[in-house]
Amino acid sequence: MGERLDRAARLIEQSAVQNSATGGRASGPFHPLRAVNRKFHGRRRLGVGSLLGVPLGWMLFVYVGSLLLLVLSSLYRLHPKQSKPTGEITASNLVSAFKFWDPDVWPIVWVFFRTTGVALLVTAICFLIALPVAFFVSKVAPRWLRRGLIVALLMPLWAGYLVKGYAWRAMVSPAGGRFAAAGRGDGGFLESVFGWTPGFGRAAIVIALVYLWLPYMILPIYAGLDRLPPSLLDAASDLGAKPFRTFRSVILPMLLPSVAAGSIFTFSLTLGDYIVPQIVNNGEERFMFGTIINATLGAPNQPLAAAYTLWPLIIIILYLLAMKRAGAFDNL
Amino acid sequence: MKLSWPARIALAGSTVLTLVFLYIPLAVVLRLSFNPAKSVAWPGFNGYTLDWWRKAWESDGPKDALINSVKVAFVAMLIALILGTLAAMAMARFQFFGKNAVSFLMVLPIALPGIVTGIALQNTFSRTFDLGLFSFRVGFGFHSLVIAHATFCVVVAYNNVIARLRRSSPNLLEASADLGAHGSQTFRYVTFPLMRSALLAGGILAFALSFDEIVVTTFTAGSGFLTLPQWILANFSRPQNVPLVNVMATFVMVVSIPLAYLAQRLSDSGSDN
Repeated sequence: MGERLDRAARLIEQSAVQNSATGGRASGPFHPLRAVNRKFHGRRRLGVGSLLGVPLGWMLFVYVGSLLLLVLSSLYRLHPKQSKPTGEITASNLVSAFKFWDPDVWPIVWVFFRTTGVALLVTAICFLIALPVAFFVSKVAPRWLRRGLIVALLMPLWAGYLVKGYAWRAMVSPAGGRFAAAGRGDGGFLESVFGWTPGFGRAAIVIALVYLWLPYMILPIYAGLDRLPPSLLDAASDLGAKPFRTFRSVILPMLLPSVAAGSIFTFSLTLGDYIVPQIVNNGEERFMFGTIINATLGAPNQPLAAAYTLWPLIIIILYLLAMKRAGAFDNL
Repeated sequence: MKLSWPARIALAGSTVLTLVFLYIPLAVVLRLSFNPAKSVAWPGFNGYTLDWWRKAWESDGPKDALINSVKVAFVAMLIALILGTLAAMAMARFQFFGKNAVSFLMVLPIALPGIVTGIALQNTFSRTFDLGLFSFRVGFGFHSLVIAHATFCVVVAYNNVIARLRRSSPNLLEASADLGAHGSQTFRYVTFPLMRSALLAGGILAFALSFDEIVVTTFTAGSGFLTLPQWILANFSRPQNVPLVNVMATFVMVVSIPLAYLAQRLSDSGSDN
């Protein structure tokens, strides 16, 4: 850093020399951007506007605009023959997505609730795995090992979403199943090495989802623990707290924002996922809500699919607002 | 905190088990890419071949998809870097009304499930917007993918740059101003050098995020444009193509993991400032 300031100082000296050469008339050294610099000097609004204008415009027009259009598109009636939305406004799509007391609609809504349940389960499992691991890495492991460990825990995040889904297909593939080898009777890794596999289906879906999102939970919890001063833990033990009490009364409350940050990913990514669940599924068609949305869109019934997406959209926005209150956004 | 030895060992054990859990599936895919048989059955440690790697190299399908993915990821990364950096500079330096809403907005595209983002963008891109003087339709192809990917990659660039700016002392900017530097000189000699490695890290991560994306891609690519994840998804259930999928999956792994490691090193490198 010092070196950069030195360079800046040299620059200023040069300009001083130039100034004296011009008899000190000029108010500053010549600089091609001088006019621009002057315009911006001391003008906070202009600064914010010019920096934020383009990115904010992009996000508002492309993203928020699209979300609003999506909500709007759920209000159009589907043309009965062409399977295209007409210009006619109707509430029927919203009714078929939200009138859960209707016996025709309930099965769909039930799938959504079940998907939310899976998302909560995956979040809980990720938390239970991530907590001891992150604690070990940040507070127990020898110092020289910490960096390497955390890098090793995070790297699989970047192995590729499909690669990992596909890897779990190869892991759980059962013996003699329709996916098993041509010629070889034995199954995937778990079956051949441990003689046991959950097979394709619900258990495999939960395992694969936990596998996919686990690093997202480990990282914020590790960062949160890392910020926790060791003196605080010493103070707790000086006051006579046993490790469990320290954990419950000191560590956990301070970790809450980090857990909230991690849970945004584990919860939200699970809620909308349908591709990996499909890869390790056993043919049960409507396990995840995303599958229903995708099938409806492909029907094609865009307005109804748009109405269905309102479910996850509303739940996630509520969830995000709750997590924001918990301080998650400073820990992402 | 004093932990008993059994507690320490239990914690260490859970960490080791988690590492095993995280790496075994990846190792299985790696092993399968050298497997002579066309299946996902575990071959143990006998029978290795490089045939599938050669076949993958020679066949056009996966190679074209790979090139498409790289193109999209590169352009989306550039856009995301520019947008993310501008937003981060505004957010780190100024206090203004609606700041919280902006940070919420930046996170939204990765916090919302991909299927919502995907369907929303698909809906927008397929519409014709009539603006009176002229009308336009975004349509589908390379450009629609770039727009979609850039939108959810912005947050990665943004996060990296803002983390760096927050860590660096505001005194530096004041010092620079005290020494008489203009806004643009401060940017060139102080702010930009500070951000450089964060920009590189954010760029790599944005690239990786786009390169890997499948859900939004499925909805916004249209029919004529195939990325590598789409190719893998279309082929993993075709028995004759399983070996090629193994190879391409392994390829993705061995390319992206070192890149991510590099990004991690880069974003850490500025932390001592």
